[in-house]
Amino acid sequence: MLMDFDYFRELFFSGLTRGAIYALIALGYTMVYGIIGLINFAHGEIYMIGAFTAFIAATIFSILGFPALAIIILAGVCAVIWSASYGYTIEKIAYKPLRHAPRLSPLISAIGMSIFLQNYVLLAQTSDFLPFPALIPDFDFMEPYAHIVGSTDVVILATTTVIMIILTFIIKYTKVGKAMRATAQDRTMATLVGINVNRIISATFIIGSSLAAVGGLLIASHIGQINFYIGFIAGIKAFTAAVLGGIGSIPGAVLGSVILGLTESFATGYVSSDYEDVFAFSLLVLILIFKPSGILGKADNQKV
Amino acid sequence: MKMRKKFMATALGLGFAVSLSVSAMASDTIKIGVAGPHSGDLASYGLPSVNAAKIVVDKINKAGGINGKQLELLVEDTVCKPEIATNTATKLVSEGAQVVLGGICSGATKAALPIFNDAGILVMSPSATNPALTQSGEYPNFFRTIAPDDAQAKLDVDFATDTLGYKKIAVIHDKGDYGKGFAEFAKQFIEEGGKAEVVLFEGVTPGGVDYSAIVQKIKKSGAETVIFGGYHPEASKIISMMKKKRLDVTFISDDGVKDQTFIKVAGENAEGAYASGPQDNSTNPLSIAAIEEHKTTFNADPGAFYENAYSAMLAMTNAIAKAGSTDLAALKAALESEKVDTPVGKISFDAKGDAIGVGFSVYQVKDGVFTELK
Repeated sequence: MLMDFDYFRELFFSGLTRGAIYALIALGYTMVYGIIGLINFAHGEIYMIGAFTAFIAATIFSILGFPALAIIILAGVCAVIWSASYGYTIEKIAYKPLRHAPRLSPLISAIGMSIFLQNYVLLAQTSDFLPFPALIPDFDFMEPYAHIVGSTDVVILATTTVIMIILTFIIKYTKVGKAMRATAQDRTMATLVGINVNRIISATFIIGSSLAAVGGLLIASHIGQINFYIGFIAGIKAFTAAVLGGIGSIPGAVLGSVILGLTESFATGYVSSDYEDVFAFSLLVLILIFKPSGILGKADNQKV
Repeated sequence: MKMRKKFMATALGLGFAVSLSVSAMASDTIKIGVAGPHSGDLASYGLPSVNAAKIVVDKINKAGGINGKQLELLVEDTVCKPEIATNTATKLVSEGAQVVLGGICSGATKAALPIFNDAGILVMSPSATNPALTQSGEYPNFFRTIAPDDAQAKLDVDFATDTLGYKKIAVIHDKGDYGKGFAEFAKQFIEEGGKAEVVLFEGVTPGGVDYSAIVQKIKKSGAETVIFGGYHPEASKIISMMKKKRLDVTFISDDGVKDQTFIKVAGENAEGAYASGPQDNSTNPLSIAAIEEHKTTFNADPGAFYENAYSAMLAMTNAIAKAGSTDLAALKAALESEKVDTPVGKISFDAKGDAIGVGFSVYQVKDGVFTELK
């Protein structure tokens, strides 16, 4: 049977966009896990707080009459600063005191933090769905391709790619990156050679939360709506993607996200969207059976 | 000894009940049972009907009753639980109820109906929407003043195929009880109607970050319109994604979407979308008057299904007056033939027990508000 190539292409880009969205959140999960071996369940909520901050900032700046480009950049900066400070504070309050506790304790603390943040935003802001402004405009040059891949899709794809490259660069070639890798390998040894482990862990949370904030801005702008609960479902999917790619690995998180996005998109397109999650999670189970540490993950018996 | 005492008490109680029902037959009042949840989680659905019954009965009694007989209310709690509803039904029958307002929840109503039916008692619900209650034909004594669950799907399908003349329809739902139920009814009606074809029937995962894949699939299916079953957050995401992917087909949905938040969130993308919702009675003078009566009597705003209950009371009392008795067959004939002006509109009943003239309207988003299409 001849494949309908146009349809395939549409589904492919749809899956790619979805993958890039998951990746923006998954990167934060995987970084934190890589450094301290903790699944930070509150990460989805940081993404949600980023989206809310961007919403508030964008509304204020557009009332003040700023140009569109300035609004998106300023809203992004506000969201990054706000979310990063939340990430930093969460680590200090909820995880640092439990660093030497059994592994289950910080995990429960993370779940508690997630529930707390959801309800905090619910009470402090609203339980309603809010219309998120289309911060990313429809580019004229994209118009001929709009039916396949829209302007927001392109911006999300490009941002995710750039962020992945920068992150890889930071971790591989900078001093902070080196210290991060050392901390990940052996925390005691890292302390002995003069690395301030606490500061490195804080830095990890700040970077991860900043990425989530950027994700919050871009994804909310793509979907066009936010509420206090968006972090939960997006977070679960991103976490799945991170595990799929090998949790702890930066390229793995992106690869896992893209594979998950494409699987969901093709399952919807060629089978039925009723089975979207069935296919996505079957794939996860299959990969974990044959490669328990994920596609690009390193086997590390001590941590599992 | 204890056993014997209990037996004696039961026997006495039975005798008492029998004598009561005999006296009820002989007495000069018409007894109207009111069954529904008057305590528990769902009390807020049941109590407004009690208020409506009290108001209507007071009004009629002050005006001299029906055919010279005063009305009397027998209020009994079902807690919306089927096992309690059967006890309530037995109690109402033994107390001599001649017609019953109620059954608020579909499940409890269904359980109680056979008991009322065996006793030849007419039951009219203001709120039980399960389609089978009327359509199965198992409950000939059952009537209702609310449209059944599938009425919306029927209306939307008729609107798409007859009014708009579409031949290819994509039916999408959110996999939830409400949305999927609506979508399944829509699919069934499209297939039975034979005027159009269901080119796509699929569920989306609520809360998803991107619905472009399903939108591309709708595009490929060649559908002329999308009928969506679900709530407004998913609806606004799908309709916005449709515009983003330059897919220009109409969007028809249910009263889970007929919410101002849908328009607020989807913005310009919502313009032109259709959604069905309960008929607008806010300009009906009877409805305004009924709400006013509630405010003066109870010093509060009426609650859920108040107008439906008020209308049911008017329809039943009118039927009793016209039939001259509370005999089931005579009441049924009167309900089917007589049109009654009520707060939910001018209604009569079909042979199955559903109210004609009660139901849903199609609304369209015009300039940022839902406008009823007449």
